[in-house]
Amino acid sequence: MGEQKRGPGPVGTFEQVVLPHMDAAYNLARWLVRNTSDAEDMVQEAYLRAFKFFGGYQGGDARAWVLKIVRNTCYSFFEKNRPAELAEEFDEKIHTAETEQAGAEATLLKSADSRMLREALDELPVNFREVIVLRELEGMSYKEIAEVTGVPIGTVMSGLARARTQLRERLLHARAKEEQGGLRK
Amino acid sequence: MACENNKSLLRGYFDGELDLVRNLEFEEHLKTCPDCAQELGDQQALRDSLQAANLYERAPESLRNRIRAALPAEARPQPIAMPRRPVLEWLAVAAAILIAVFLGAKVLPNIGGQKQNLVAEEIVASHIRSMQPGHLYDVESTDQHTVKPWFDGKLDFAPPVVDLKEQGFPLVGGRLDYVDHRNVAALVYQRRKHFINVFVWPEESSAAKLPEVQTIQGYNLVYWSHNGMNFCAASDLNIAEIRQFAGLLEQ
Repeated sequence: MGEQKRGPGPVGTFEQVVLPHMDAAYNLARWLVRNTSDAEDMVQEAYLRAFKFFGGYQGGDARAWVLKIVRNTCYSFFEKNRPAELAEEFDEKIHTAETEQAGAEATLLKSADSRMLREALDELPVNFREVIVLRELEGMSYKEIAEVTGVPIGTVMSGLARARTQLRERLLHARAKEEQGGLRK
Repeated sequence: MACENNKSLLRGYFDGELDLVRNLEFEEHLKTCPDCAQELGDQQALRDSLQAANLYERAPESLRNRIRAALPAEARPQPIAMPRRPVLEWLAVAAAILIAVFLGAKVLPNIGGQKQNLVAEEIVASHIRSMQPGHLYDVESTDQHTVKPWFDGKLDFAPPVVDLKEQGFPLVGGRLDYVDHRNVAALVYQRRKHFINVFVWPEESSAAKLPEVQTIQGYNLVYWSHNGMNFCAASDLNIAEIRQFAGLLEQ
């Protein structure tokens, strides 16, 4: 694997290429494993792996290269420690009552607060969580997301669409529940 | 719901993934399609909420330091002199040193201050080297009855080997190491993703007593002696957990 070649190649040194993406690495790991201490362990392990395989890095999108390693590290961790997370089947039918009025949904979505969004995103299955994080928090293109997740661009698009639908429904659901609770008081 | 024909165009438009021609086409379509316009508004509302919620999680400084310390020297930013630490962390280091000095003075007779530092630094260097790929163990086993006999004939003493899997510190292997001018046993335990090296060597051979607790380059060392053996546990794990671990080993 060219493990010994670690000098500055045409693509730069490990320090220049990989270290700057630690925030992105941590953000992805934190949203995948959903707690800070496992996330830190994931990033550390991924960075040691990245160092080991840096000889094989051919240039190109360094952030995607790093995030791919972080993602693989997290998925190995799931396989070993939380297999249920990967098997999680999505209940696609938590439909909330259709909002009839045009613009009503947008208004509701805009009123969702930070805690609600955090919870809704945390509750998504891992494959949906990751596309939302990569697209909306990391601002990656379909192509970059495809590189990180190792699936075709078409799959990224459809996954993202389903993830957004789920996220919206969960938010509207949470919002509706809160509204009901508020009325009862 | 957006009109079925244009669903994927709408997604591509929303994510800025359309080429110029199709972008213009879709903008024309939007003018005459209230469904698509509404769907786009809903998508934008979701995105606005996500942006406003500050969900991005940045890497804590302690993690950066930990990773820099774990990486081999040539990968670290130059110059490597003294990474900047937040005040709190300095306080923690200062507190650790105070505790170490206090305990060291109280519990252990302090013989040869310089020498003990050399030994502690040797241990940290060995620990760091062991974390590099392929250096962690000579014998990889979670079975104490495999690890213990492996040392037979390699050392002039028999290190006590126990598994602490039940207590959350599984034994993962062992190796020969060299500290304080002699061959020593290094037992490797794991706590979550952290490895703990326990260096074991006979008491009489060592002139140096280490402080009970110290922190060097971000690694925590806990030292004790028991039944004629010196033990030093080294890890990037927090001091509280290493001490808990040491307590378990001592029993």
